Amino acid sequence: MTWFRDFLLGTPAATHASDVDGLYIFITLLTIFFFFFNGALIFYAAKRWKRRSDDEVTPHITHDTRLELIWSLIPLAVVMLIFFWGFKGYVSAWVAPNDAMEIVVTGKKWLWEFEYPDGTRALNDLHVPVNKPVKLIMHAEDVIHSFYVPAFRLKRDVLPGRYTEMWFTATEPGVHQVYCTEYCGKGHSDMLARIYVDTPEEYEVFLREGDEQVRKMPLKDLGKLVYENKGCATCHSIDGTRGQGPTFKGIWGKMERGTDGKEHVVDENYIRESILVPNAVVVQGYEPIMPTFQGLLRERELLGMIEYIKSLQ
Amino acid sequence: MASENVMHANGHGAGAHADYLDSTKGLWSWLTTVDHKRIGLMYLWSVVFFMITGGLLALLIRLELLTPGPTIMDAELYNRAFTLHGAIMTFLVIIPGIPAALGNFILPLLLGAKDVAFPRLNLTSYYIYVVGALMALSTLILGGVDTGWTFYTPYSSTTGGGVSMMVLAAFVLGFSSIFTGVNFIATIHKMRAPGMGWFELPLFAWGMYATALIQILATPVLGITLLLLVMERVLSVGIFDPNLGGDPVLFQHFFWFYSHPAVYIMILPAMAIISEVIPVFSKKTIFGYKAIAFSSVAIALLGFLVWAHHMFTAGMSLFAGAIFSFITFFIAVPSAIKVFNWIATMWRGSISMKAPMIHAINFLLIFTIGGLTGLFLAALSTDVHLHDTYFVVAHFHYVMAGSNMIALLAGLHYWWPKMFGRMYNERMAAIAAALIFIGFNATFLPQFLMGSRGMPRRYYNYLEQFQELHVLSTIGSWILAFGLFMCLAVLLASLRGKKGVASNPWGGKTLEWEALSPPITHNFEDTPVLVHGPYDYRPQPVPVVVEREQGVTH
Amino acid sequence: MSQSTTVPSQDHHEHAHPPGLQHHFIDMRQQFEASKIGMWLFLVTEVLLFGGLFVGYGIMHSKHPEAFIAAHTHLDWRLGALNTIVLLVSSFTMVMGVWAAQTGQKKKLIGYLTTTFLLAGAFMVVKYIEYSHKFHEGLLPGKFYAHQGDTVPGQFMFFSFYFMMTGLHGIHVLLGMVAIAWLIWRAQKGHFSSQYYGPVDMVGLYWHLVDLIWIYLFPLMYLLT
Repeated sequence: MTWFRDFLLGTPAATHASDVDGLYIFITLLTIFFFFFNGALIFYAAKRWKRRSDDEVTPHITHDTRLELIWSLIPLAVVMLIFFWGFKGYVSAWVAPNDAMEIVVTGKKWLWEFEYPDGTRALNDLHVPVNKPVKLIMHAEDVIHSFYVPAFRLKRDVLPGRYTEMWFTATEPGVHQVYCTEYCGKGHSDMLARIYVDTPEEYEVFLREGDEQVRKMPLKDLGKLVYENKGCATCHSIDGTRGQGPTFKGIWGKMERGTDGKEHVVDENYIRESILVPNAVVVQGYEPIMPTFQGLLRERELLGMIEYIKSLQ
Repeated sequence: MASENVMHANGHGAGAHADYLDSTKGLWSWLTTVDHKRIGLMYLWSVVFFMITGGLLALLIRLELLTPGPTIMDAELYNRAFTLHGAIMTFLVIIPGIPAALGNFILPLLLGAKDVAFPRLNLTSYYIYVVGALMALSTLILGGVDTGWTFYTPYSSTTGGGVSMMVLAAFVLGFSSIFTGVNFIATIHKMRAPGMGWFELPLFAWGMYATALIQILATPVLGITLLLLVMERVLSVGIFDPNLGGDPVLFQHFFWFYSHPAVYIMILPAMAIISEVIPVFSKKTIFGYKAIAFSSVAIALLGFLVWAHHMFTAGMSLFAGAIFSFITFFIAVPSAIKVFNWIATMWRGSISMKAPMIHAINFLLIFTIGGLTGLFLAALSTDVHLHDTYFVVAHFHYVMAGSNMIALLAGLHYWWPKMFGRMYNERMAAIAAALIFIGFNATFLPQFLMGSRGMPRRYYNYLEQFQELHVLSTIGSWILAFGLFMCLAVLLASLRGKKGVASNPWGGKTLEWEALSPPITHNFEDTPVLVHGPYDYRPQPVPVVVEREQGVTH
Repeated sequence: MSQSTTVPSQDHHEHAHPPGLQHHFIDMRQQFEASKIGMWLFLVTEVLLFGGLFVGYGIMHSKHPEAFIAAHTHLDWRLGALNTIVLLVSSFTMVMGVWAAQTGQKKKLIGYLTTTFLLAGAFMVVKYIEYSHKFHEGLLPGKFYAHQGDTVPGQFMFFSFYFMMTGLHGIHVLLGMVAIAWLIWRAQKGHFSSQYYGPVDMVGLYWHLVDLIWIYLFPLMYLLT
């Protein structure tokens, strides 16, 4: 059955997923069975009692109470079973254990922000230790989003003005995809995040130094990664098309006129300031809508970003 | 006699006893008609027009999804396209489709009545529909709507474009739907042919009755919800805005309080048609008349108690989740009863595989999948995984699009000779039915798999792992479109021939088959009086009076 | 074998047409009963329409009880009570109008309908006085709320509901006035008789509903504690 489950749903990676998978496969088999069962009855009837002449006489059968009871009560029993099975799974995903590690999740157009217990913040990448319960305390800044981790079989809406919770114990080290599943506008389908499930050793290293990638990568590649993963791409293009913000193509060294009326040359300090204090200078013709990345990027990531923009000529 | 003929000419025009299509001529005579049959046809052509519009949008959406990232449009256009597709298909095609088009035409004939109870209200309701439709289309000029057809707040109260106009359009269309519902209930209560008791009503009428109940009880709540949303946008009244002390989830409750019952506005009429088609083409009485009739009403009433199953992931209490899931499962039972009753009707019948029957069987198979996949979404734990993924998209297309549309086609093929007095090419119609079935499944089966693997809905861009399934689905959409186009062409081609179909080409036992094909303006020369039940296929039907005395029930 | 026999034609051209009978009904009784069902169904939709607003009001009231109670003191309960009496009396004159129609008394019918119409007008005048006072004070819905010197925040929500609910009700009163004016016009033309008075009865039902909704609105808005 494992191959069947993996084919339909993908490999599960959290403790309570197996319960969901069991029910899912049960209903799948039920659906397949009844589709072929009904189909066989229909095709048998259509062939066996095909009309041969227009004066054929058929039996006048108005009803059959016993038969009707059977096909009312059996479905009733089956759906009640499904109800309790589904309820059981729902309850087990409801209350988090007391020792769960708490991470605050903020959803906003169109990125996910994570805040660890020690105050470290990260964008779109969440590191959690394997086999430890983790509780996400989630809220949204603008509209409704929804935090969905298919490998954990978990989903929860993220609402403005209210906290919602979700908890899991990841069982499989590796990277798991996170989607936003409540429609939130233009960037909805790019509002992705990843959950890195670390072994205890890896998690130690992560806490101390950040991602391994961050530490070893050439600066320019690191910058590209930041550009793709931290939401820059949503507003700034790299091919010259106009987005919510200026394109990065050919911006290095350019003179930009700000809304303050002054000319600014795009150099290392300008880029650094634009990332950390975005509204200090806003290029004319654009809205001051960029969020600050203060505390969200490590120093090396900032340098990477500068190198990457330099390379986009 | 001579003097009576003169009275005809003076009193009601020569047309009162001529066939309704030709009784009076000219566009104006159609636009001002109060004849339920003509109004039904005007609805039919409008619905067909919007089905083509919505269908073309669907093809564009599927084409865009052929590859991840941009294919033929950008994200903003894509969001507007799926919103318009959903809004058009829901409010302009599926909800009015069977009741307002076929129901208007057939219901009075089935009851042996001259018209619906309120003919002028009927015409008004058509024009309200037209106004609502034009308002909905005008959003294209106002910058489009990108909220999805569900208009969830606070996204819908903050985004730009023509949201207010689209919402008002849905509000206006609601009135059209309410008026149709009021009309149908009054008609079924008071306009039945002499001798027709409630259990001699054809099941189509029961289905229309249950549908009308929902239209009347649920639509006003949607109306007020949509007005509140407009107020939110115009005045910032604050009821759905968390920053002002309101509650965005309240909108979802209000919205689904209508829109979930509305799902049954879409499926009950479909079931109603199938209940007519299967006995006729099996030449056998319907199995379990009362079970089918009452399960329609049961579905309609239970439909009001399950709205919050759309919000299992939205943060409701454990207890509320359990209650709503529990009640939802009860709807599965009457649905299952109906399917088994239809199959039992075929059993030992005399089955004729004409185009309406082929569509009816397609319906049975597609509804089986659509219904059973509903169990995944009614169960709490699996719903959490599948909510807002392509699994849901596939499920509701199986029920709303597949079942409803295919039942509409079954009904259209079944009553076409009655409506136009002409027969279509049977062979070509059968081929089209097969293509529609193949195309539909090819489009939507892959989406179940995509959704199970985590592909969220309303996604412009997607991960490469889903591409193969998207390609399959897109190819399916082309087959489906071709099948539907062929079906329409076959039906329209028949209109070029001469009228001359017998009044009862299929051997039906309900009253509409006693009117001429096409019927005269007043439907029947003389008021029919019911003698035997609607599905009595015995060589010597037993009069209902005798059956009632003997305590025999259907 | 067909499902039916037929009865001899009852088509209108063979008999005298009762005035007011539409062609597709068999007799006056069928027509009257059908319209009555239609009207009651329509009233049900009206109740549900307002019901949505009442539920919304209830939820927001329970979320912000202090703001609602503080806000309602800006309303003058005496004007509300006056309007309640006006509408109750108008309901009574409407009942009398229906009675006059049933008994075929044309003069009395016109008299009662005109009184009802004037009372409805009086209701709208009082409403106008109240509204203009609120406008003047800046007690407006949603973002237009501009009242100075509030001690309890969030009172705009109450006025959002106040204007939406009394506004929707006011529109219904105006529509009722149009319908009553139409009845007066038809009555003067002599359309109604003890055989045919359906429209008077239907508008009467509508008018009672409009009255009933106000009876719920009045304590909800003016008499909060």
